[in-house]
Amino acid sequence: MVRESGNEAQRPFWSGRPVIDCDLHNEVPSLEVLRPYLADHWCDYIEESAFRGPDADDYPKGAPTTIRPGLEWEGEVEGQLALMRRQVLDPLQVEFGVLDCAYRVQGVHDPELAGALASAINRWQAEHWLDRDPRLRASIVAPTQSPVLAAREIDRWGADARFVQAVMPVRSLIPYGNRIYDPIYEAAARHDLVVGIQFGGSPGHPPTPSGWLSTYLEEYAAMAQVFQSQVTSLIVEGVFDRFPDLRVSLIEAGCTWMPSLMWRLDKEWRGLRRDIPWVKRPPSDYIRRHIRLTLQPVDAPPSGKQLLEVIGQLDSDEMLMFATDHPHWHFDRLEEAFPAGLSDSLARRVLADNARSFYRL
Amino acid sequence: MAEHVVATLGEIPPGGRKIAEVEGRSIGVFNLDGQFFAVLNRCPHQGGPLCLGQQSGLLQARVPGEYSYTRVGEIVRCPWHGWEFDLKTGRSWFDPVRTRVRSYRVRVEMRESEGGGCGEEAGHRPGPYRAETFPVSVRQQYVVVEIP
Repeated sequence: MVRESGNEAQRPFWSGRPVIDCDLHNEVPSLEVLRPYLADHWCDYIEESAFRGPDADDYPKGAPTTIRPGLEWEGEVEGQLALMRRQVLDPLQVEFGVLDCAYRVQGVHDPELAGALASAINRWQAEHWLDRDPRLRASIVAPTQSPVLAAREIDRWGADARFVQAVMPVRSLIPYGNRIYDPIYEAAARHDLVVGIQFGGSPGHPPTPSGWLSTYLEEYAAMAQVFQSQVTSLIVEGVFDRFPDLRVSLIEAGCTWMPSLMWRLDKEWRGLRRDIPWVKRPPSDYIRRHIRLTLQPVDAPPSGKQLLEVIGQLDSDEMLMFATDHPHWHFDRLEEAFPAGLSDSLARRVLADNARSFYRL
Repeated sequence: MAEHVVATLGEIPPGGRKIAEVEGRSIGVFNLDGQFFAVLNRCPHQGGPLCLGQQSGLLQARVPGEYSYTRVGEIVRCPWHGWEFDLKTGRSWFDPVRTRVRSYRVRVEMRESEGGGCGEEAGHRPGPYRAETFPVSVRQQYVVVEIP
């Protein structure tokens, strides 16, 4: 059952075109649902140690950004999926919806337990989500703090075409350009999967380089800094030179900061490129070629005017991919999920075409 | 086209350089392993004194760790912002088509010199360089820059 006090979703003016939603959340409601997929010794361990799951709290219950008040679901997957269908998949006639499970096994310090939880989650995703709605695609949850184990988990699902990316929380133990993560990129390349870098994570150190923050607002809004650090690291450390076909999506990163990062990196690269001779083209070139950004939450005013400027500054109409970030609450009416004022061809690109070619859908 | 004697051969040994004023322009003349090259001493970026920069090789890498270091001494880096230019062509490393520094043809000429001639007898305009002369005839090689 779903308690729903908000407006019933209407088909917005911009729909009628193909829609691919690149960020839908399927939450693991409790450890209980994973029990059927965990070995007996892990079930006992969880009971004996009173382990309640990772301590990440990227989307605190009760924060208005997390879910629109009154839309909390009851029941387990059925309630979530019903809400997702009613609010997004059906009214937008979504062709494909990419699930981004944000269960943070990456914050579990025992790598074997983290790996077992990741495997359990992926089996749960396959059986309870992918098997139930053919429009859904999913992201492989992997213990990315242990890259070899993470690669093993990616390999486990690489042949299932319904898994279209491996997801890593943007907050990491060390920056993602480091070669310690190569097994993950090798596995993604092996299976032609996107690597999704997603808002959040709890690696154990502060969410900003200047230290711990006092409020959720700071953490929520300052995450763009972490994304910038990761993009810089991926380019500077030569990840795209080592894995020339690697595709990286930035999920819930915002997008308006990207042009300034591109300008700055290009500018400094001209004088400092001797430190990184493997970076053979301007960094913005790598970004345009390898990186995409999901739309919601948009970090621009609601009118499409500023977003159009950003797209111009990105110098690419291929980088933005539509996403509602459901059930997180970024707009009051579904119509507002997509900015007005984009030309038909640009709208088509952002709504579906960019994601279709990036995720090979 | 005007030709200017800017140095004697011995003045710019291999690996050496000389900044000369020619027709109001500051030009750097470089001896790269016996071959001479000249570029304008003005970085196309912000006008920095390019020819005072560090001369080094071309550092490349296919991937991190696979360094290749070639053409040692043939790349000059502007002392202001580190932009790299190929002394043989004037082209920048990062944007060789659009970002380039003016380069000039240089050649070495043997001249019979008597008194303070410095090549004027061959039709060259007098340059800033005045060779030390002696009242005897000497065979001297000059470095000559062409200004188109």
